[in-house]
Amino acid sequence: MLYALKIAFRYLLSSKAQTALLVLGVALGVFIFIFMSALIGGLANFILASIAGDLSHVSIVAEVEDPALLLDPNAGQILLAQEKSAVRQAFLRDAAIYAPMIAALPGVVAVSPQITGSGFITRGGQVAQVAINGVEPGKESAIVQLDSYITAGSVRLGTGLTIIGQTLADDLDLTVGDTIRLDSAQGIDALLTVSGIYKIGQGGFDRATAYVSLDTARTLMALPQGVTRIEIKLADLMTADATALRISAITGLKAKSWTEQGAQVMSALQAQGQTGLLLKTFAMVSIVIGIASSLLLSTYRRKAEIGIMRAMGASRRFVVFVFVSQGALVGLLGGLLGAGLSYIVLQAFPPRDAAHPSVMPIDIHEGAFGLAVLLTVTIATLAAILPARAAARVDPVTAIGQ
Amino acid sequence: MTEALLQVSDLVKTFGSGEAETRVLRGLSLRMDKGELSALLGPSGSGKSTLLTILGTLMQPTSGRHTMLGVDLTTANDRALTDFRNRHIGFVFQFHNLLPDFTALENVIFPTAVREGRETAAARARGRDLLGRMGLADRVDFPSTNLSGGQKQRVAVARALMNSPELVLADEPTGNLDRASAIQVMKLIGQINRDEGTTFLISTHDEKIAATCRRQIVVGEGVVTG
Repeated sequence: MLYALKIAFRYLLSSKAQTALLVLGVALGVFIFIFMSALIGGLANFILASIAGDLSHVSIVAEVEDPALLLDPNAGQILLAQEKSAVRQAFLRDAAIYAPMIAALPGVVAVSPQITGSGFITRGGQVAQVAINGVEPGKESAIVQLDSYITAGSVRLGTGLTIIGQTLADDLDLTVGDTIRLDSAQGIDALLTVSGIYKIGQGGFDRATAYVSLDTARTLMALPQGVTRIEIKLADLMTADATALRISAITGLKAKSWTEQGAQVMSALQAQGQTGLLLKTFAMVSIVIGIASSLLLSTYRRKAEIGIMRAMGASRRFVVFVFVSQGALVGLLGGLLGAGLSYIVLQAFPPRDAAHPSVMPIDIHEGAFGLAVLLTVTIATLAAILPARAAARVDPVTAIGQ
Repeated sequence: MTEALLQVSDLVKTFGSGEAETRVLRGLSLRMDKGELSALLGPSGSGKSTLLTILGTLMQPTSGRHTMLGVDLTTANDRALTDFRNRHIGFVFQFHNLLPDFTALENVIFPTAVREGRETAAARARGRDLLGRMGLADRVDFPSTNLSGGQKQRVAVARALMNSPELVLADEPTGNLDRASAIQVMKLIGQINRDEGTTFLISTHDEKIAATCRRQIVVGEGVVTG
C-alpha cells in the first residue's frame, strides 16, 4: 500500500493551501487538548499540593476500646451503669514493629510515629491551649514540611525543646530561646525551650500546635510504650486509598486515606476533570468534523479521478486506503504541529515546583503530548473512513462520464 | 479459425424501472477474435457506450452472457472484475482522463503500480518505452496538465497498453482532437495492433477513422446490425 500512500501525499500536496488550513485546524484542536490537559492536571496538582501536601496521606490512629466487662452469664438480671473515664488514652502498642514494614511498601516516602494530645502553654500569666505533637527527632519534616516554614530558630527537636507556630509566639510574645511551661491533659508538665518558630499559614497550625520530641511527648502523655498514631506520606497521594487498604491488610490496623477526609476536594477535582474532558472531547470532535468535511469535499472534487483509477484496476480497498491515509497524514502532521506548538507555549509557564497562586498552575508534564498525537491520528483516520467509503462507492462509469 | 477473445450473447441492459425503464441493449451478441482492429459505429443512443462499459467490466448486463479469455464475467464479483480489468483490458477515453496531479510517466505506469502496490523500476522502464513509442520521450516527466490535447491522448494510449492487455477499448479516442492529432493517434493504434496483436475496439462517429479499422461493427437499437 506504499503506492496508495504516495497518492495520498500527492493529493494533499496538490492543494497546499487547503491542506495547510486543515493541518492548522487540527493543530489548533491538539493545542487546545494539550493546553487543557496541562491546565486541568496542573490545577489539580496545585490544589492537591496546597490542601494535602502537608497532610499525612495515610493515617493509623489508635482507637479507644472499652475493656470487656467480666460479667457472670448465670447471674440473672444485672443493672450496670458504667461511667467512662474522661481521660482515656488509646495507643498503638506495636508501632515499632509496623513502622519498618510500612516504610518498605512501594510508594511510601515517610513513616512518622507520633504521640499526640492536648495541653496548655503557660508563660507568666498567659495561657494558650495547644495540640501537642510528638515526633521523632530527625523526622520533624516527614509529614509537614516544617523546615520550609521555619521563620526563626531551628527545626531540630530534642529533649526539652519545642517548636511553636508564629501566631502562638506572637500571642504569648515568645521568641527563640524563651522558656515555657507545657501542661498536658494528663496533668503532667514540662519546662521547654522554644527552639524554632514556624509559619505555615493555616490558623490551626500556627496558633495551636506545639511540636515536641517523641520522648518529651511520651513523658507528657504518660505513655510508656507505643504511639498514638502513625502518619504516612506517599510519593503519589492519589494512591492513598490503595495503600491504606494494603496497610490495613498487612498490619490489621485501621489505616485511613486522606481522601476520607477530603471527599469534597476529590469530588471537586473530579468535576474539574470532567469539565476538562468535555473541552478536550469538543476539541477532538472539531478535528473529526474538519477532516471528514474536507475529505468529503475532496471526494466530490476528485470523483472523476476516482472513476479513472477504478477503471484502471484500482480496487475499492485501494481507494479507501488513499483517503484514509490522507486523514491519517493530516492527523499526524496536525498532531505533531499542535504538540510542538503547545510545548513551546507551555514552556513559558513556571515549572510545577514553582507554581504559585498568582500564576495559572499549568503543568507541562500533564500535557499528555503522546496521547494527544496518538488520539489525533486515530480519530483523524476514523474520520476519514466515511469519505473514503464514499469515494470507494463512486461508480466509475458515471464519474468518467462527468 | 481465429481464436475468440471475447464473446457476448443475448446481452440486455436496462436502466431505471417501471415506466421510466429504458432498454439500451436488446439481446446484443458479438464475438471478437484476438488481434482484431474493429470500429464500433452507430448513432447516439444506439448502445455503443453501454456495450463498451460492459465489455470493459465497468458495468454488468441485466441479462445475457459475457465471456473473455474463457472467463465468465457475468457472474464475477467486483473484486474479480477489477483484477481482470487491470490485467486484461485497457481504456482510452474521449477526454483522455489523465490524473491531473501526476506526470505523464506516472499516469502511464498507474495500472501496474496499483496492482503491485508500488512503482517498480521495471514499470518505469516500460512506461518510458511506451511514451517513447508514442513520440513523447521528451515529455516523460511533464505534469499531465502541461501537455497538449494530442499529447494527453497519446499518454492515455500508452497507459492503456501498460499492462499489455489483450483488449483495448477506446471510446471516441479522436473525438476531441484535431485531424492531424487524430491521424497520429490512429496510426499508433494500428501499429501496436500489428506489432503486438493487441485487440482494439474503437467507438467512433467518424467514418474516416472507422475506415482505418479492418472491421466495422454497427450497433443500432441495442443490437448489432452490421
